[in-house]
Amino acid sequence: METDPYQLIEGMTIAGLAVGANQGYIYLRSEYPVAHKILNKAIERATEAGFLGKNICNSNSDFFLEVRLGAGAYICGEETSLLESLEGKRGMVRAKPPLPAIEGLFGKPTVVNNVLTLGAAASILEQGSETYKDFGMGRSRGTLAVQLAGNVKRGGVIELAFGVTLREVVEDFGGGTYSGRPIRAIQMGGPLGAFLPASQWDTPLDYEAFAAIKAMIGHGGIVVFDDTVDMAAQARFAMEFCAVESCGKCTPCRIGATRGVEVIDRIVNNQDRDNNLILLTDLCDTMELGSLCAMGGMTPFPVRSALTYFAEDFSGESPREN
Amino acid sequence: MLEFYEPQPDFGTPQSDSETLVTLTIDGISVTVPEGTSVMRAASEGGVKIPRLCATDSLKSFGSCRICLVEIEGRRGFPASCTTTVTEGMEVRTQSSEIGKLRRNVMELYISDHPLDCLTCPTNGDCELQDTAGEVGLRAVRYGFEGENHLVAEKDESNPYFTFDPSKCILCSRCVRACEEVQGTFALTIDGRGFDSKVSAGQAESFMESECVSCGACVDACPTATLTEKSIIELGKPEHSVVTTCAYCGVGCSFKAEMKGNEVVRMTPYKDGKANEGHACVKGRFAFGYTTHKDRITKPMIRESIDDPWREVSWDEAVSYTAERFKAIQAKYGRISIGAISSSRCTNEEVYLVQKMVRTGFGNNNIDTCARVCHSPTGFGLKTTLGESAGTQTFASVEKADVVIVMGANPTEAHPVFASRLKRRLREGAKLIVIDPRQIELVRSPHIVADYHLPVRPGTNVTVLNALAHVIVNEGLQAHDYIAERCETADFEKWVQFIADERHSPEHTEQFSGVPAADLRAAARLYATGGNGAIFYGLGVTEHSQGSTAVMGIANLAMLTGNLGRDGVGVNPLRGQNNVQGSCDMGSFPHELPGYRHVSNVATRQLFEREWGVTLDSEPGLRIPNMFDAAIDGDFKGLYCQGEDIAQSDPNTHHVEAALKAIECLVVQDIFLNETAKFAHVFLPGATFLEKDGTFTNAERRISRVRKTMPPLSGKADWEGTMALANALGCNMHYNHPSEIMDEIAKLTPTFSGVSYKKLDELGSIQWPCNDHTPAGTPIMHVDEFVRGKGFFAITEYVPTEERANRKFPLLLTTGRILSQYNVGAQTRRTSNSQWHAEDTLEIHPHDAEERGINHGDWVGIQSRVGQTVLHADVTSRVKPGVVYTTFHHPVSGANVITTDNSDWATNCPEYKVTAVQISKVTAPSSWQARQKSFDTQQLQLLEKARH
Repeated sequence: METDPYQLIEGMTIAGLAVGANQGYIYLRSEYPVAHKILNKAIERATEAGFLGKNICNSNSDFFLEVRLGAGAYICGEETSLLESLEGKRGMVRAKPPLPAIEGLFGKPTVVNNVLTLGAAASILEQGSETYKDFGMGRSRGTLAVQLAGNVKRGGVIELAFGVTLREVVEDFGGGTYSGRPIRAIQMGGPLGAFLPASQWDTPLDYEAFAAIKAMIGHGGIVVFDDTVDMAAQARFAMEFCAVESCGKCTPCRIGATRGVEVIDRIVNNQDRDNNLILLTDLCDTMELGSLCAMGGMTPFPVRSALTYFAEDFSGESPREN
Repeated sequence: MLEFYEPQPDFGTPQSDSETLVTLTIDGISVTVPEGTSVMRAASEGGVKIPRLCATDSLKSFGSCRICLVEIEGRRGFPASCTTTVTEGMEVRTQSSEIGKLRRNVMELYISDHPLDCLTCPTNGDCELQDTAGEVGLRAVRYGFEGENHLVAEKDESNPYFTFDPSKCILCSRCVRACEEVQGTFALTIDGRGFDSKVSAGQAESFMESECVSCGACVDACPTATLTEKSIIELGKPEHSVVTTCAYCGVGCSFKAEMKGNEVVRMTPYKDGKANEGHACVKGRFAFGYTTHKDRITKPMIRESIDDPWREVSWDEAVSYTAERFKAIQAKYGRISIGAISSSRCTNEEVYLVQKMVRTGFGNNNIDTCARVCHSPTGFGLKTTLGESAGTQTFASVEKADVVIVMGANPTEAHPVFASRLKRRLREGAKLIVIDPRQIELVRSPHIVADYHLPVRPGTNVTVLNALAHVIVNEGLQAHDYIAERCETADFEKWVQFIADERHSPEHTEQFSGVPAADLRAAARLYATGGNGAIFYGLGVTEHSQGSTAVMGIANLAMLTGNLGRDGVGVNPLRGQNNVQGSCDMGSFPHELPGYRHVSNVATRQLFEREWGVTLDSEPGLRIPNMFDAAIDGDFKGLYCQGEDIAQSDPNTHHVEAALKAIECLVVQDIFLNETAKFAHVFLPGATFLEKDGTFTNAERRISRVRKTMPPLSGKADWEGTMALANALGCNMHYNHPSEIMDEIAKLTPTFSGVSYKKLDELGSIQWPCNDHTPAGTPIMHVDEFVRGKGFFAITEYVPTEERANRKFPLLLTTGRILSQYNVGAQTRRTSNSQWHAEDTLEIHPHDAEERGINHGDWVGIQSRVGQTVLHADVTSRVKPGVVYTTFHHPVSGANVITTDNSDWATNCPEYKVTAVQISKVTAPSSWQARQKSFDTQQLQLLEKARH
């Protein structure tokens, strides 16, 4: 959006023409003022040049585009909350069905896609589907913009075809940890992604392969941790993040996340440890199976993976020292 | 219908109106429901209860509580049964060990942030959270109660009728959704996010400070004790309930009076009531405290003169005293020297008895009713044009309307439950045209904007209606085929000649009405071409010197555009009082016997004479204003006035007071010593709607049962009082129960011939006509043809009222009602509703205020040609320059001291809505107000003497 806004504009126009929509919205986080400025300028120029607005490129088709800013809520990345926010309301998750494609923004059928997908649409139409298909493996085709972050030597964004292993990304592209210490855990897919132990780093970047180990690729964000990490604190952070960012609509997420923090605290403080471990597992089940959207539904992923693969960090002994 | 208390059935989600049926199995039970039905509702209909907290069938499904999760064959996970709709062949399991565990664990989370004070909680035994915890088998809260919680959140007790205790809130949003979807006020929201989410009124205000209108929909919707009636907190859970009908406005809401012994602990709108479908307003739901107010008078009283103290007597003594005095007056001044006024607040049966007593016991037709001063022009205008003196639709019909005209009515204040229905339709996209001098709430309110507001100058309604018709005719937008088929064509041609004339063009009428011609043209086009057009109007149409003309103008518009005779259209008077329609139906006009049949008609008279065993007078009797005039002239000496406060509600108070003082025997039957009773010689204690059986007929012609919840405090229901008086006068009236009176009405009145209490109990309510042709009643009138045969286009020439603004009286005063108070306020002033409206104020535009040096809150004198009164000024642009406005809920306001004797040319309905006045800054109340105060004090002292 900051370096090639026209690819997104083109992708959205293609999407608009494909589904017969004449109005598109880019829902942008307010934390990206530069992207905001650039997108608006690009839309203005594209409109002047006849690529947007009425009768685009003399095609007898109209497509208008507008950038709307969020107000700092993580949950507004969830498509139905995003629609509520676009309508000027609180970012609250809607129950599905109806799917947004049937009843979306202002009750009208709405296609909601992320920037990657819409950007890819432009490339595919330009280069052909065969070219796109040539990248990737299995059912995961094309490329992914991987963001390397955390305790990593060479952080940044790299665009890769699906299929490379996590270890290749972190060790070859990332060059290992910034601290120089051994990697202990990798979190992939954002704050609700699972923590992967060394045994899982040879998993290829492929949606199905990740799903098979109860992990996810998500938006392609990778966070690297070295061996000083306290995984109980990370699990606690996942619950805390959910508690802060939950829209508050459904009970498992609204109350569960807060209780999750408390239960983990009790576990690491050795208070009624065994029962609280059972309770934490029950809570993860309740959130995963009972939540209205993926926010509450996926918060257990980092928690469970930390519990499963880094159980020693929950032992209640004094935190790892270095 | 006595019922032990039980919450009303709840299917969880609203009914689907699809005609396609879907069959599925739920726990092995085959269920067939309309497409679009939720799994939850389908289960309820199949007799399977799925536990739930955020779902209730008055609100769209929401999916937040996650208690109602089920398993569906072939689907992943545990879909919420409230948000999942049925599909053909679906197999649903509502119970399994996994589901059980999940529900229990969710419930455990809820209770980890909920006080464990069930035994002392106000909703103990009537709490969905408690019930659901039981249903899911919660046995422990492993999280403990030491964690973060809301247990010490502060209570909001600002509303006089309910408390908001956020410590008990489970964030189901039912209150917020009820405020939006059911009431349409949007006063509530969820503030904050995640665990910090909380229900908030307005912008983090208290309920009283917020936009909340206290309809109570949130209280009804709340599944816990978070929003609870103060009466329940004080008195506890009801033990039985009685279904009855509200005694406030003409919407006629059905209620469950929830009782403990003979005490009402709560009024809950009845979901099966067709007028309100489970909704209510601040009056009907909460303002019932007047029924047991200390001011209630429960013993008959008499006195020789109004300067004497009252003396409490037995019913027998009061009745025989009255009969003797009436007989003596008739002996001295003649048969027609006495009369009666019936009440639109009393039941049909009571009104029927009063007119029967007058015609048989008084031997004359001097019977009139308070509809005289409100909707008499509706009766005349609709009867003349369409053939029946009543509204044409059901309220539910508005759900099919595409364009709605609201004229001279303020539904959000005066008919709030209908307003909520209307607002819902407007939010769905129906267009709205408001014709009113003021910017009423419907012109602009949350999610509602009127497409056109035509701010008509008071007194010029007819020019606006004519101009609307003119535009439709001259632009060729009329329903040609409809008119040709259904209306008198010769009269129509004559009318077209009349209306097409340039003098009715909006460009010409603008000088009178002040309505911009372009807006008026656009509104006319919208109404004529926008699909189903429905007109709702109120006293802003009828209470004019041309009230009847305007009603006919409205009927003309509807016929012209083919908007009569089906769902979604029609002409609908919004009746002010609970039984205005009924009191008119029951023959309480001096010229009409029950069923709107003229007393001069020999066959009609014979019918009644045979049944009643008397000879009836063929001459119409006196109307209310004629009674006053005759009293002042010394020809009218005795009056029996039941449940109406003419001294406060009728125009030109000086004139009314003079008339009342001239009456030798004034008998008032009322629940309070009202303003009229202060001039009375006999006081018969009345019964409230809670103390008697009967029926009310609402603005939809819907006859609904009023059911006794407790014995009359005075020992007699009003009909029993009237019967006793009639018998003392020599009539032969013997009814054991009001159902027998209804049987007599049905026998004598063709439009009621199919009505009986038995059928009312079976059907819930009946819209008349109900007879052999329409045994279940008539929801929509004039379907195949008009009641009069062919529709009649009446000529509606504009004749300006004599009440005009000039240099001396440059402003036009118009009057209306406010939500929290009802009419003369006798009931609502004796409830906590006065916290919203403690006094009547004068609305004046900032421009007019500034010219007179008036600031907000100043005392202002309002001087008309007939009188003066003083109110506090409310400087607001709700009124336009040149127009001032007030309400008339408080006797001391003296709104009618300034209104004049002008009245409708056809029916004598007073012209309350136009009075030329001058406004000036003053420092003290008026001399009338001072006199009123001292008279009031004196009369209350005379009352005290009777009581001690």
